[in-house]
Amino acid sequence: MSAPNQSGWKPGTPVEDHNAMSGPDTVTGNRALMLEEPLLFEIGHVETTGVDLPEPSDTATRLGGMDRAEAIGLPGLSEPEAVRHYTRLSRQNYGIDLGFFPLGSCTMKHNPRLNEKVARMPGFADVHPLQPVQTVPGALEVINELANWLIDLTGMHGVAMSPKAGAHGELCGILCIRAALEARGDARKVVLVPESAHGTNPATAAFAGYEVEDIPATAEGRVDLEALKARLGPDVAAVMITNPNTCGLFERDMKAISDAVHAAGGFVYCDGANFNAIVGKVRPGDLGVDAMHINLHKTFSTPHGGGGPGSGPVVLSEALAPFGPLPYVVRDKDGEVHLVEEENADEYGHTQAFGRMTAFHGQMGMFTRALTYMLSHGADGLKQVAEDAVLNANYVLRSLDDVLDAPFGPSGPCMHEALFSDAGFAEDISTLDLAKGLIDEGYHPMTMYFPLVVHGAMLVEPTETESKAALDQFIAALRSVAERAKSGDATLKTAPHYAPRRRLDETLAARKPVLAYEEPMAPSGQPTMSEQGGR
Amino acid sequence: MRYLPLTEADRSAMLETIGAPDVDALFSDVPEEARLTGPIEGLPMHASEMAVEKHMRRLSKKNLAASDAAFFLGAGAYKHHVPASVDHIIQRGEFLTAYTPYQPEIAQGTLQMLFEFQTQVARLYGCHVANASMYDGSTACWEAVAMASRIARGKKRKVVLSGALHPHYAEVVKTMAKFTEDEIAHASPALQAQPDNDGLIARIDDDTSCVVVQYPDILGRVTDLQPIADAAHEKGALLIVVNTEPVALGAIKSPGEMGADIVVGEGQSLGVGLQFGGPYLGLFAVTSPKHVRQMPGRLCGETVDAESKRGFVLTLSTREQHIRREKATSNICTNSGLCALAFSVHMTLLGEKGLRRLAMENHRLACHAVERLSKVPGVSVLNDSFFNEFTIRLGTDARAVVRTLAERDILAGVSLGRLFPNNAELADGLLVAVTETTTDEDIETLASALEEVLS
Repeated sequence: MSAPNQSGWKPGTPVEDHNAMSGPDTVTGNRALMLEEPLLFEIGHVETTGVDLPEPSDTATRLGGMDRAEAIGLPGLSEPEAVRHYTRLSRQNYGIDLGFFPLGSCTMKHNPRLNEKVARMPGFADVHPLQPVQTVPGALEVINELANWLIDLTGMHGVAMSPKAGAHGELCGILCIRAALEARGDARKVVLVPESAHGTNPATAAFAGYEVEDIPATAEGRVDLEALKARLGPDVAAVMITNPNTCGLFERDMKAISDAVHAAGGFVYCDGANFNAIVGKVRPGDLGVDAMHINLHKTFSTPHGGGGPGSGPVVLSEALAPFGPLPYVVRDKDGEVHLVEEENADEYGHTQAFGRMTAFHGQMGMFTRALTYMLSHGADGLKQVAEDAVLNANYVLRSLDDVLDAPFGPSGPCMHEALFSDAGFAEDISTLDLAKGLIDEGYHPMTMYFPLVVHGAMLVEPTETESKAALDQFIAALRSVAERAKSGDATLKTAPHYAPRRRLDETLAARKPVLAYEEPMAPSGQPTMSEQGGR
Repeated sequence: MRYLPLTEADRSAMLETIGAPDVDALFSDVPEEARLTGPIEGLPMHASEMAVEKHMRRLSKKNLAASDAAFFLGAGAYKHHVPASVDHIIQRGEFLTAYTPYQPEIAQGTLQMLFEFQTQVARLYGCHVANASMYDGSTACWEAVAMASRIARGKKRKVVLSGALHPHYAEVVKTMAKFTEDEIAHASPALQAQPDNDGLIARIDDDTSCVVVQYPDILGRVTDLQPIADAAHEKGALLIVVNTEPVALGAIKSPGEMGADIVVGEGQSLGVGLQFGGPYLGLFAVTSPKHVRQMPGRLCGETVDAESKRGFVLTLSTREQHIRREKATSNICTNSGLCALAFSVHMTLLGEKGLRRLAMENHRLACHAVERLSKVPGVSVLNDSFFNEFTIRLGTDARAVVRTLAERDILAGVSLGRLFPNNAELADGLLVAVTETTTDEDIETLASALEEVLS
């Protein structure tokens, strides 16, 4: 309880009334270093520009008579105004550089700046995807080197590098499965997805044209092997499993599941979102997995960037490798690297590719970052990554299981994330309230209400880049908020009190969607921006 | 192991708290036969920052950077100057290292930026609403087709693709449609000064859910889309317009003005950079408010907080996979937030005036290049109309010419043979893109080299 707080506020003294503490309002709406920032459309002007470009000459154009006549309504800012606008906005954000980010299943780890430096080297950042192949051997080597790491770490046969994100990779894996089944004239219709799977799994299977059926979890949070076996049959194309699963547990029966699925003629898709817990410790290929996407941003530290970009290469078993989409990277027996595209697929024998999932070659900017991270850690360091991630998660689980309900605590060690529930909270206090209380403690909340199989779930993932001291401080903070949740502390209902915004009305946003800025109407009934030449 | 803060003493103390004898005890659920005992063979051990940087720099130097060449490639990825402050801002840790803004009270920076981004994209496209971005232009194009299919509720099964759509975009649509059983009607482009819009219109029928055209198209041609929009709407089909060069829209009419229903595109040109093809930025917008709930991807909306202050949240998530699972609008659970930020900052620095000037400077230089290249013996320019990209015919296999010029550090353009490997009729076509980064000297270098090679 004596742990200092990141924001300087001492735990245990929740305030009744935000305004009573905050003093008089300021003229500007700012509060010293907490600065309010208007919208770009309220401060910018269509005549302002922060870039020096020549006045258009009045020579004849060859725009096919399609010259734009109407104004667009895009306000500009000078460079200092723009830098200030976005810097002020940045200060309204929580990021991993500011503090601990315990999002389960999302894996918010330190983003090394060497990765950023490398990704910006001109030979990587300033290269066009359709440059003649002879001018980009280094880029192809990066792709190949990364592909080798992924194949070796997973014990698989091949890898499709082009998927743009984890969910895109899932789609790629399922489409490989579908292509392989079609190649053997086997029109299976059903994909089985355990209840605890990521929501993208059933969405992906449905998007690929499959019927989705749930498989229940056992009381201890793992796939019910008997229920799964009972459902297998000639109509089942694949089973999608997340391992380690979203309850934070390793699927002990993974090999038995794979064997049963294969015996029934189906394929095993593994959601590799949680690969960071087992990298260097277990190879999914040894467990019978046929396809698995790898979230480079999660396991290999490429930044989340407020929602992306991600990157989702898919490793494939020998049975699925021939079907991986173009473009594809192969190393021939002489050790030379080749990019396989439509024009040379025959030459490399990659003739069964199910098609193309994206223009160009995938997320090169993420490949360079991930490879940099892999080289920095090496095979020895990646093993240590998994061990420290699992150690940290179990430390959080065991340090809090006296104050928070840990529904699967008795089921064995957790892997990379610790799962708690709202059991024992005062009746009117929810997981959401606890999460908002954590914001006042200076933390981003954990993942809430996921997985769906646990009531009021809270999924805490510390990752390997948190120190023991950081975890101890977080544990103290979470313990305090949990105790307040159990005692029915009403101030949690109105938390956060110290964030740039109090609780936001999400219902209003959905009921009356305002999805773009519109200029307020002037008294004349004309939008004020139109006076500036805007829309 | 500089990224791992735990000391051996920490590890021991923590194991004691947990009540485990050693760290391997925490992996006891992994079947013993599947556990790896030592580091994986064949992979290197950890390396210092200096050593890794050196290795990566060596690989980087093997590539010919666009800025070190006379550079004329386009075809969906364009080399524009990015103001230095764009990269500075996207590297601020609060943007770079933030997660999806699911906790809006401490994510207003990302959310306000996305709201501004959505507004900028919607206005640029002449649309009502844009989403918070997608993976890239090609996947946004497929999502638009899937959305049109949803709106047609499976009653219309045919998708008409213009032959002048970027072939990779067409491949993505065809690949995905194989699995959703939409029928794809796709013609090959003809090397003509004007696209065959009448031929396209003739392929639209009552079973057509959508028509997909590119503007400016893959050969660089700019034409009026209104007749295609009218023809599509007459048959109850939606018009999807793909734009791969947003800078063009500073000079030419927006797709929304010409009757497009869904406008998608690639936002790479503004702020993002070439990056060998990714990460890029998918843009997605609709002209009709009634289609908003069928849109894929994330949306940011305005609301108020408990003190009635304006704020922003992700909204209409009832379309999304984490709520609807197999009934979700799409399986996407991300956007390209950081690329969207780069786009938005660049657009803000330009403003309307700057965008207009940038567009006209691109066009001016392209006009100059067309004039100069048309004087090269053996070269003929295909286009009557264009923005900053156009097609020339070389009378010989353009792929070979491109390879030859690359040896002299001239990246001459994208050969149509590379884009359309199965269409021999296009083999002598070369797609040439010119931007504000192209100098008169670059144009002269290309023209003289072509004079030599083609003689």
